Amino acid sequence: MTGLLIVPVALPAFLGAVQLLLVRQSPRVQRLLGLAGSLALLAIALRLVAIADTGVIRVYAIGDWPAPLGIVLVLDRLSAYMLLLAALVGLGSLAYAVRGWDQAGRNFHPLFMLQLAGINGAFLTGDLFNLFVFFEVLLIASFCLMLHGGGKARLRAGTIYVVLNLVGSALFLIAVGLLYGVAGTLNLADLGRAMGALDPAGAGLARIGAVLLLVVFGLKAALVPLHLWLPEGYGEAAPPVAALFAIMTKVGAYCILRVFTVVFGPLAGELSWLAQPWLLPAALATLWLGMLGALASRALGELVAFLLIASVGTLLIAFALFSVPAITAGLYYLAHSTLVTAGLFLLLEPISRQRGELGGRLAPGPPLGQPHLLGWSFFVGAVAVVGIPPLSGFLGKTMILQSATGLDAAGWIYATMLLTGLLGLIGCSRAGNLVFWETAGEAEDRPAAAATAGALGPPLALIGCSVLLTAAAGPIVDYAEATARQVVDPTCYIRAVLDEGPASGRSR
Amino acid sequence: MEILVASTIGILVAAGTYLILRARAYEIILALLLLAHAGNLFVLSMGGLVVGSVPILGEEDFVYPDPVPQALVLTAIVINFGVTAFVIVLAVRAALQLGTDQIEGPRDESGPQ
Repeated sequence: MTGLLIVPVALPAFLGAVQLLLVRQSPRVQRLLGLAGSLALLAIALRLVAIADTGVIRVYAIGDWPAPLGIVLVLDRLSAYMLLLAALVGLGSLAYAVRGWDQAGRNFHPLFMLQLAGINGAFLTGDLFNLFVFFEVLLIASFCLMLHGGGKARLRAGTIYVVLNLVGSALFLIAVGLLYGVAGTLNLADLGRAMGALDPAGAGLARIGAVLLLVVFGLKAALVPLHLWLPEGYGEAAPPVAALFAIMTKVGAYCILRVFTVVFGPLAGELSWLAQPWLLPAALATLWLGMLGALASRALGELVAFLLIASVGTLLIAFALFSVPAITAGLYYLAHSTLVTAGLFLLLEPISRQRGELGGRLAPGPPLGQPHLLGWSFFVGAVAVVGIPPLSGFLGKTMILQSATGLDAAGWIYATMLLTGLLGLIGCSRAGNLVFWETAGEAEDRPAAAATAGALGPPLALIGCSVLLTAAAGPIVDYAEATARQVVDPTCYIRAVLDEGPASGRSR
Repeated sequence: MEILVASTIGILVAAGTYLILRARAYEIILALLLLAHAGNLFVLSMGGLVVGSVPILGEEDFVYPDPVPQALVLTAIVINFGVTAFVIVLAVRAALQLGTDQIEGPRDESGPQ
């Protein structure tokens, strides 16, 4: 049973290697393998969610080395939830990519699988250094995917992305070193246990390590002021890559939630809830900057990238409160924002292609070939992402606002979320106006650019998840609430990892 | 010993920070190398600095250094080696295609597509 935990990491890594061997075959073989692998990942993620939902935290000790010595993979509700999201986004992006983008450069499929392996590993690992390694795995894959398709603009944006992330890696290593020097362990659960018993000098060093970690995860999550790489990078990346990257910022958010509850959470003595005073102001600023950027964006890709930044801000406002209702709301919003922004990234290309030379630039242009189909799709996506009723963005934001009621910072949170909601609405309306309504001249006859069901399927399915999230809000919120309870009280996590000792590796 | 290692790490980080602010490809590659090197040295020193002992385990009851940071650093060095190779290729391609080795070079006037 617990052996299943290694599959989300091992399967894509293995498939990636096989695809690399098949590189000389026709692309169809690689595509079939990739799609089959993504579907299998989705099935496994669903199974893991069912396992995690029993409330038991499963631990898989790699090589059967007991917890503080060896590396463990830990499956709790949060990990399973993130795995499911990654599988959904991965499947959607790949289903879009197999329609041609995968042939725009070399080795798309192996890199895509490697990326999924890194992301899944980051969600599952229970060891800080192992987290660093999985970060490197997903980064190396993302470097190449970011440049996929080539071109000057992509090369420029990609170089900045690579350099920034490498600096982040160096900081991560230093933070890992600091925490190891202080606590003598890198297992997250063991670190959590050690933090409460530190002497003042050690606690000071651990605090520096913790803040460095916050910087590294903030860089990954595009938290202000570490967001500058994202708009250009995501705006320039190939559409399926940008869609997959929608889950990457969530890796940063997940790591913040995980590390700052298990290690620097309620059990950490004087280091308890260390992230809170830094995270909330940064998250508020992220939301403002994201929405202002959306208002000022010059191209559709940039607009969605800034909306993604804003969604990270909203998400981290919820996580920064570190309370059960807030994290519940944050997790619900996380699923919504990941799926919808991924869908929007995919939707941009069919729209841009029908505008000829103009592409995705926000300026009056020729009318689209399929204004109704694309217009309504964009409309639904925009409604969801901005958070207007009736779709899931509205539900998520409402729950976050409710969870903030009565807090000291409630005024700031209310004002920021409501005003930025308005900004986002104006930004999206402006974009929709310019692209779909303020058209000049005749629709040019571009039969080749007509969006087929195959091209529109993946984006519409991802955006459609918003409808699903709204309809099934009850069970999903129940699951998110159980997750939040598990996250806020890490004693179960620590006990599951440490107290079972060597037996935990064997199936129970 | 401690002073020596600590100041080495400090100088490496300072030099790396200075170079990365120059925003030119060659300097940035050097900077990333220096920063990674500083990180490695830092992790290594976190196991405690022991002078004049056996590297791993002796036959008698020697004091031996903590092996975990060594394992961590080995992993980090391997990762860093691969990444550096990638960055060098990327920097050369960027310099050839963009015609400048300025990382934050002038933006294309036509704006993003």
